[in-house]
Amino acid sequence: MKNTHTPISFTPETRSRSGDGMLTALQDMVRACMQCGTCTASCPNAFAMDLAPRQMWRMLLFGLKQEVLESRTFWLCSACYSCTLRCPRGLPLTAAMSALKRLATAEGGSANRKKALFYQEFMHNVEQNGRIQEMSFMCRYFLAMHNPLLPLEYGPLGLKLLAKGKLHLGGSGQRGRLGPLFAKVRSMEATT
Amino acid sequence: MKYAYYPGCSLGTSAEEYDVSSREVLHRLGVELSEIPDWTCCGASAVEPVSRLLTLALPARNLALAERETPGLDMVVPCSACYLNHLRVGRECAVDRSLPGRINEALGAEGLSYAGKVRVRHLLDVLANDIGPEAVAAQVSRSLEGLRVAPYYGCQALRPYALFDDPEHPRSMNPLIKALGATVFDWDMGGRCCGASLMATRRDVALVSVAAILDAAAGADVIVTVCPMCQMNLEAYQSQAHHADTISVLYLPQLLGLAFGLTDEQTLLHKNLAVTGALKDKLCACEAASA
Repeated sequence: MKNTHTPISFTPETRSRSGDGMLTALQDMVRACMQCGTCTASCPNAFAMDLAPRQMWRMLLFGLKQEVLESRTFWLCSACYSCTLRCPRGLPLTAAMSALKRLATAEGGSANRKKALFYQEFMHNVEQNGRIQEMSFMCRYFLAMHNPLLPLEYGPLGLKLLAKGKLHLGGSGQRGRLGPLFAKVRSMEATT
Repeated sequence: MKYAYYPGCSLGTSAEEYDVSSREVLHRLGVELSEIPDWTCCGASAVEPVSRLLTLALPARNLALAERETPGLDMVVPCSACYLNHLRVGRECAVDRSLPGRINEALGAEGLSYAGKVRVRHLLDVLANDIGPEAVAAQVSRSLEGLRVAPYYGCQALRPYALFDDPEHPRSMNPLIKALGATVFDWDMGGRCCGASLMATRRDVALVSVAAILDAAAGADVIVTVCPMCQMNLEAYQSQAHHADTISVLYLPQLLGLAFGLTDEQTLLHKNLAVTGALKDKLCACEAASA
């Protein structure tokens, strides 16, 4: 199978606003941070991060965009919303983690673009099929990652799911249904 | 009681047992479901890192369909990621008044419109609060006495919007478990993250969370879940998480179905990836005691 498609692209803020518009929007999300560290203490994945979330918010406010985009911290957010729930300032920290993933996809270089592939391949599959087709999505993801060991890691689980009749190879009746909505959102995000 | 039903993509494929057992259990409890016609993917946890507007527009499409096709009904959602995505649309529109216009401009591509009329409900919320433990107890034909059940809530049913449970110390499942005759296994891992999609992107990190949860469940007969992502992470990676003994992991409606005496075709336990012989023995003992 040849990997011919371009990964789905949604990088509105950079295309439209001035280069730093996306950074300003992100800074606004965390501007009231008082550096208490509740986010870091609440994060189940903080042990694997290079920057603690608390540090990262401060660096963003200092405008250290490149340093933050070189970090792996925001890619390790699993959207558990513990930090958002507990932040005494009520800041939307989980949403800020997602915004950082979007910013890194747009401006963060090839290493970041590779980390974004999982989400992009997922949404590419949704755009095509209307409902996610887990089997074809994972196959595309493996191809896009160019890592021959990855399919092997998933092999045993894949076979187990196949044996249980849980992997469907057929298409979805909603195939193509989301094409117009995706196209409209793409054009709106390019112009606003 | 009647609800609009949004199963979500997983329930049509890898979480078929969650879909079937939910429908059967709700039917037994006198609940009528009307599946939203032509529903599509809500974007799960993948959409927010890709597009901000699509994060709202994808679930808004389903909400618009529900408004048109199943008017006046609450929408019940069994998957926690789907639940949060649909719930978030109304919540965000309430604080940013420019959003409804943008969402509707996007939905206009399909001739749909979203008015924010549908109340989004998690399946657990409906079971615990609309139906309640008394109605559940009335359907029990095979008491699960002696079964120690660890309730696992995960993240997105509880956070960031704490609508039907305490997001720090969740306990909405306790009365339901007790209504089945079973014992609630007391632990503090019910709201701990399973790692979610990090299992695909950084498995080493997700496995730390899974191992912590499974270790804390030692002494329980079964973990019950209310989300296909949590279920998959807890049942499918037990050996990689270096967990010595397999622990059974079921969906909550499957446990209800067992106590209601539903058939194998209605509970679909054979579809689960982690059901131990010890659990099967205990269930047989429960059946013998109730006979």
